[in-house]
Amino acid sequence: MPQNEYIEQHIKQHGRRLDHEERKRKKEAREGHRVAKDAQTLKGWRGKQFAKKRYSEKVAMKKKIKAHQESKIKGPSTPNDENGEALPTYLLDRQTNNTAKAISSSIKQKRLEKADKFSVPLPKVRGISEEEMFKVIKTGTKKSKSWKRMITKHTFVGEGFTRRPVKMERIIRPSALRQKKANVTHPELKVTVFLPILGVKKNPQSPMYTQLGVLTKGTIIEVNVSELGLVTAGGKVVWGKYAQITNEPDRDGCVNAVLLV
Amino acid sequence: MATVIPPPSKKQKKEAQQVREVDLVPKDLPNVLIKFQASDSGESIGGSIRVPGGITEKQLEELLNQLHGETAEPVPYTFSLLNTSDDDKKNNDQKLIDIKDNLYSSVLKPGIKTTEDFLTLVYTPRAVFKVRAITRSNAAIAGHGSTILCCQFAPNDSGRMCSGAGDSTARVWDCNTQTPLYTLSGHSNWVLCVAYSPCGTMIATGSMDNTIRLWDADTGKPIGNPLVGHTKWISSLTWEPLHLVKSGQIPRLASGSKDGSVKVWDTTTRNCSFTMNGHTNSVSCTKWSGSNIIYSASHDKTIKAWDISANGKCIQTLKSHAHWVNHLALSTDYVLRRGGFDHTSTKASSKKQSMDELIQKAKDQYEKVAKLNSTISERLVTASDDFTMYFWEPLKSSKPITRMTGHQKLVNHVSFSPNGRYVTSSSFDNSIKLWSGYNGSFVGTFRGHVAPVYQTAWSADERLLVSCSKDTTLKVWDIRSLKLSVDLPGHSDEVYAVDWSLDGNRVASGGKDKMIRLWSH
Repeated sequence: MPQNEYIEQHIKQHGRRLDHEERKRKKEAREGHRVAKDAQTLKGWRGKQFAKKRYSEKVAMKKKIKAHQESKIKGPSTPNDENGEALPTYLLDRQTNNTAKAISSSIKQKRLEKADKFSVPLPKVRGISEEEMFKVIKTGTKKSKSWKRMITKHTFVGEGFTRRPVKMERIIRPSALRQKKANVTHPELKVTVFLPILGVKKNPQSPMYTQLGVLTKGTIIEVNVSELGLVTAGGKVVWGKYAQITNEPDRDGCVNAVLLV
Repeated sequence: MATVIPPPSKKQKKEAQQVREVDLVPKDLPNVLIKFQASDSGESIGGSIRVPGGITEKQLEELLNQLHGETAEPVPYTFSLLNTSDDDKKNNDQKLIDIKDNLYSSVLKPGIKTTEDFLTLVYTPRAVFKVRAITRSNAAIAGHGSTILCCQFAPNDSGRMCSGAGDSTARVWDCNTQTPLYTLSGHSNWVLCVAYSPCGTMIATGSMDNTIRLWDADTGKPIGNPLVGHTKWISSLTWEPLHLVKSGQIPRLASGSKDGSVKVWDTTTRNCSFTMNGHTNSVSCTKWSGSNIIYSASHDKTIKAWDISANGKCIQTLKSHAHWVNHLALSTDYVLRRGGFDHTSTKASSKKQSMDELIQKAKDQYEKVAKLNSTISERLVTASDDFTMYFWEPLKSSKPITRMTGHQKLVNHVSFSPNGRYVTSSSFDNSIKLWSGYNGSFVGTFRGHVAPVYQTAWSADERLLVSCSKDTTLKVWDIRSLKLSVDLPGHSDEVYAVDWSLDGNRVASGGKDKMIRLWSH
């Protein structure tokens, strides 16, 4: 026996404690609790180490379970390559493209074409949560009611808009954040003109914001292009045209847009 | 899904509007000198005869029958002009020009020959009986639980038909009463091919489960154990021609498989007699020819000929194709399948014949079809994925005679007409093309299917052709006029297999809609 194995030596000479088995069982029974506690409390490097070990254990376990389950399934390990669809010999080795596959690919193609029709310079925008969009305004003498909201983004408010009485106005569009004009760039002519906004056509975030006239990045607005002197094919002067906002107006304090041509 | 023939193109419409010449035989046409020559033996009859230049086909037929002395039972003939120029004679080429309607319009008017030339007319007897075009579906029989993959009529009795399906059974049908007769169950996977033996007593089925089973055609009982040996599925089956069977024996069976081997099975002991390895890819089609050679087409782009009398030695490898070889057809396919029976055979009459009589009759029939200019010639046509076909005479040379081009997609199936006069090819480009069975020259195209054409089957009198297609229809085509004869909608999904019975009375088809359909006129 090696020199340093004194514990083993002692056990050999004197035997174990009388309650060794009991203690061992209890310790094992507590193991789960200890791991759970560790999982919750360990921080920093030790926490990371613990999590890594736990993760690898779980993966191993899952793999083992799956292997067991598969071994229980009866039948050949390689299933018949029939999927209910018998084929004559002359079609057996051919890569016939499935009709379902053809249909789905044609639908996808159609969708692509359709999307192309409505393609805009900024196809995707960041989602904006309601908390970001609205600021809750507390009302009542004790400031205990909170049904009023204030929009924190720039808005377009049409001409001749009058605010409703204070106790009826649920959503406030601050007058300091109102925009009447936008810097619109013609993408082909590379000219930027400061044009009056006519209305908000669509806010990609929500139809409600469209109604409220919120100006965020990606919003389609209608601008008055009569200054540009654009002419239709029929020879009439165009005055309303759509543009998409390219900046975040609440960061810049102005609205920049690109004309959709 | 019934299909309508596509409307005529602008070119066709314009052509139709143009002034058409009327076929009128001029009255002052002088007489011409002609000579009749038989197409099979090359013998001439009656010496040179002076006939009017505008003589019709009917009149020629009458004249020839009189020369033969068969006025009581006239035989119908087709005539064609033997057009040999001097340099053709050196090459031993024969150019035949069919005479349609009358001599003037098909020979004299186009200026092929003048009235002063000596004309040699080659005559070919047509089938005495006439198959009527099928026009209606008289039964749709359910029974199979899955897609029907193959079907074949019995050679001895056109009341019997066998079909193999994806439900791993083959079924024998009684076509007279349109009812199922036997279910041949035993395979554990799809039944890919069925083949009636040329003596009509046995059915062989090849399956996806790599085995072949033999069945008694009369009782539907299995004959012994399955024939095991192939390591992949069976792609084709072919029986030994009846006239090669030694007296007192039964025909052997050959099978081609996906594993690239061809095996010959002794059907009495049900053992593999010999295996022919050599193909490096799957075997797509095998045919046992009347000169005791097995031809096998493979996906390795070659066709190999195996001499069975020399225990399966590979005697030829035909290489020309640039892609998979899908199918091959022999000019004697139909007569070999028919064995010793003919269009008049019924179950009762075939029972009376002994095996030796059958063998003798099979030999006579085979020689009648195979003999061209009094020598036995078997022509071979192979269809390939490279969109072309090759025409071979393997007994003469290992080089192809003609390359048959014209299809725009892969060619799936080729079939020789019963007497070997024509070849049809069905292709995935929705068309069927008709070629001469003697030299592989192009004759015409049948258009009308709107989806890939899978298979074609000939009527016994080689006047009609039926084709099955992915577009769920069968179509009957008239060979003489190169036109669609009847359109047969009825199936509700792709039609994979079609066969025309040997007496010409009915056609059977089956496909993805799991129904066997029987068609008649």
